[in-house]
Amino acid sequence: MEGYEFFVDPSRCIGCRACMAACAECDTHRGVSMIHVDYIDRPNTIATTPMVCMHCVEPTCALVCPADAIKQGEDGIVRSALKPRCIACNNCVLACPFGIPTVHVGPDLMMKCDMCYDRTSVGLRPMCATVCPSQALTFGPPDVIARQRASRPTRDFRFGNEHVKTKVFMMMPASEPVVIVDVEDYIRRGPDGPEGWLVDDASLG
Amino acid sequence: MAKPPLPLDVIAHTHGPHLNYEPPGGWEESTRRPPDRLAKTHCSFCGMQCGIQLKVRDEQVVGFEPWEAFPFNRGMLCPKGVKRYLQGAHPDRLLTSLVRTPSGFVSISYDDALDLAARRLSEVKEKYGADAVAIYGGASMITEKAYVLGKFARVALGTKNIDYNGRLCMVSAGTAYKLTFGIDRATNPWTDLVAADVVMIAGSNTAECAPITTHYLWQCRERGGRLIVIDPRMTPISRNADLFLPVRPGTDLALFLGMLHVIVRDGLAKQDYLSAHTTGFDAVRASVEAWTPERAAQVTGVPAANIEKAAHWLGETDRAMGIHARGIEHHSKGVENCLAMLNLYLATGNVGREGAGCMMITGQGNGQGGREHGQKCDQLPGMRSITDPEHRKYIAGVWGVEPESLPGAGLSAQEIMDAIHRGEIKALFSMCFNPLVSLPDANFTREALSKLEFFGVIDFFLSETAHHADLVFAGSMHEEDEGVVCSAEGRVQKINKAVDPPGDARSDALIICDLAKKLGKEKYFSYPSTREIFDELRIASKGGIADYYGITWERIDDELGVFWPCPEINHPGTRRLFEDGRFYHADGKAHLQVSEWRESGDRRDADFPLFLTTGRVISHYLSGTQTRRIGPLVEQFPEPKIELHPALADKHGIASGDWVRISTRRAEVVVEASVVRTIRPDTVFIPYHWPGRRSANLLTHRTLDPRSKIPEYKVSACRIEKTTRPADIEAQRMEETGWVQGARPHTGKGA
Repeated sequence: MEGYEFFVDPSRCIGCRACMAACAECDTHRGVSMIHVDYIDRPNTIATTPMVCMHCVEPTCALVCPADAIKQGEDGIVRSALKPRCIACNNCVLACPFGIPTVHVGPDLMMKCDMCYDRTSVGLRPMCATVCPSQALTFGPPDVIARQRASRPTRDFRFGNEHVKTKVFMMMPASEPVVIVDVEDYIRRGPDGPEGWLVDDASLG
Repeated sequence: MAKPPLPLDVIAHTHGPHLNYEPPGGWEESTRRPPDRLAKTHCSFCGMQCGIQLKVRDEQVVGFEPWEAFPFNRGMLCPKGVKRYLQGAHPDRLLTSLVRTPSGFVSISYDDALDLAARRLSEVKEKYGADAVAIYGGASMITEKAYVLGKFARVALGTKNIDYNGRLCMVSAGTAYKLTFGIDRATNPWTDLVAADVVMIAGSNTAECAPITTHYLWQCRERGGRLIVIDPRMTPISRNADLFLPVRPGTDLALFLGMLHVIVRDGLAKQDYLSAHTTGFDAVRASVEAWTPERAAQVTGVPAANIEKAAHWLGETDRAMGIHARGIEHHSKGVENCLAMLNLYLATGNVGREGAGCMMITGQGNGQGGREHGQKCDQLPGMRSITDPEHRKYIAGVWGVEPESLPGAGLSAQEIMDAIHRGEIKALFSMCFNPLVSLPDANFTREALSKLEFFGVIDFFLSETAHHADLVFAGSMHEEDEGVVCSAEGRVQKINKAVDPPGDARSDALIICDLAKKLGKEKYFSYPSTREIFDELRIASKGGIADYYGITWERIDDELGVFWPCPEINHPGTRRLFEDGRFYHADGKAHLQVSEWRESGDRRDADFPLFLTTGRVISHYLSGTQTRRIGPLVEQFPEPKIELHPALADKHGIASGDWVRISTRRAEVVVEASVVRTIRPDTVFIPYHWPGRRSANLLTHRTLDPRSKIPEYKVSACRIEKTTRPADIEAQRMEETGWVQGARPHTGKGA
């Protein structure tokens, strides 16, 4: 879909897994989701985050593939491994900075999100972004996103010294030009919860 | 008597729950052959009533496709909506009517089932009187069925005792809105949430129980709007709360009284608005005088400064919205909670404009439509009162009966079960209701069911309650009916039929009408289809509060829904209520009501020092009759767990994954622990979708709100202790969902 881009806003995610449920409906990977939703730190927060393939400009998964099985289209979409080539070695699984590819035991094949190539090529939005009830996953024109969202899209990531550019945008607070990934930093902690509970201690039994 | 004819595991072997994972024919077939057609309809789960397209192949529902043109959800769905297609062509689907025999449930022909039901209902009526027969309806079915069921009770059986499972859902809000506004409907369309500066969410796990609302709320925040969330535990919607008020269960009323105190004290009440459009504010003002924020803080456990802050946020804007749900309504003072919340919006003039209003979120699929047209014990179609002589006369005229022949107000849902237990009601006929899982104090419910002389059920799966039935009609699923529902917004929508009922299953409405014929009332129930029922409903609602006269099936299709009231064919429908400053009372004013503070019905003491509260999770719907049969939804939440705070868990030496015994004055259950900081340390939470020995409703109590008759699910006194893994846990799981950890025992490929 010309002019449409994919945006991920983890702060909107409600952990409902509609995206995973919908992804698993695809005819090419029946009943198995290519994307995932994680609790960031369930003991301490209800916050969750969805992860789709970020479709790196220089995909690490393809760079480390010894069988040259992972191809990137002219549209920038990084495809699942080619079945005749993939040797299920797990290099891509280990190398991906976002934890996206998985090797599927049955077919012995690396499979991952291809941004619903089958749908976008016929003018439909990717399934996960279509159903997402919080629109943490959104597929749309960047100017519409700029108008409707207070946060700012970015596709520059730093993992330590590694600089990764992606096709998919991550929504960030406007003050953050580059995503510096230090997960612990983002987890809200406090001895008494976010606002403080007033509890009669005797009631704890 | 009406006890399960066989051990539950034997029944479960035949009737499930089994887990369905794949479309009929399996994935291979789905890949090989495209669907024959797409049916535009709505999801069967929850009051959002999202538009969805069902894929149909070989006259079976085989999948879904988002319906992006439908304005409310624009293709968005939660996992229940995505996987709902797996309920069709399910191996547990009832394909014939069943009769109970000593050797279990056996098939019976439809005609024989009708004869048996008519004979037994007539016998009970003859022997004990018409009111010894009770009818249960539900709010997850099309409005035409709700309407015809109400008429069936009053005209075919002549019993006053008909009520529905919306009694466990919307009635506190409904009662409050009628008292204050004179109308029982959400006041604003959902788009108004986006336009608000402040949205206060009280007792609503919005993200899990009304998932599509999330996008509206996030859009509000993108615009700079602020969210206040009131809840004893953090649910997903609270991740972006600007102010989180973790109330003690059962103290929402004190919070609202404290907020109104601050609004009055600090001169934030809109006196001009109150004088022009309302009555009762003087008494309300006097009633909150003693409710200083400090007192409210003491009762609610919320810091006084935050109570002040919430009051100021509401009082200092003219675009404040409120949404509330079962969290403030499932209380023995549920009506008072809602009344007090409405007072905050009226006092600050935040009613009847874009971005200003206060509304309930209806929980069930047709929670709104299901309560408008006559299956409530005290109502006639059009939201008319069954005790008002004019209303009785009008409906009697539409039905062609004498007004005197219509029974009066009957018992509410829990009161019906109480009367069964006392032996006063002898026969029950139930459709779209699974009270053994959804009513409080499940052991009491089980005892009551065993006392029935006749129990007939219409259902498409054999629910846990239906295990106790003498006769089960194989009825229709959502995708097998054509008719209307009313969404949480008040938008009347069209449910389109995707497929016919399979086997010897029949449309529920047809079963009701055929049964009425067997009871000798054919002339009142000769509808060729649900369309004719809807056309009669339009006339029956005409001139009532819930006026559908101007709504036709064709208009709904053309306009993608019509908001009631819609009194004339050329009327555009009413998206937002009270825009002209007029309310639905005869004097045109809103009537503010005083709410006095009361404690909850099941008080804590030294033996039961903790609060238990119950609710829902994202992947299950109500009593789980449907969602506990859908593999991917069960895998998402396979079984009930208890949420508790680490401070409480530490005192008992409990870690996540340990087993915990929760005891109340009625029962005890053993479930696994989930230790999380996101709940008050004095409160534990268990979701309620499961039956059997781990059913949360074994623990809850039967205290009712005196006006709405809603049970107090949201606060029970309890205690906890660490225990060991139950030896029979796998057997329990089989009866609950057919789910065994680490395995997929039933990969149904469809019938």
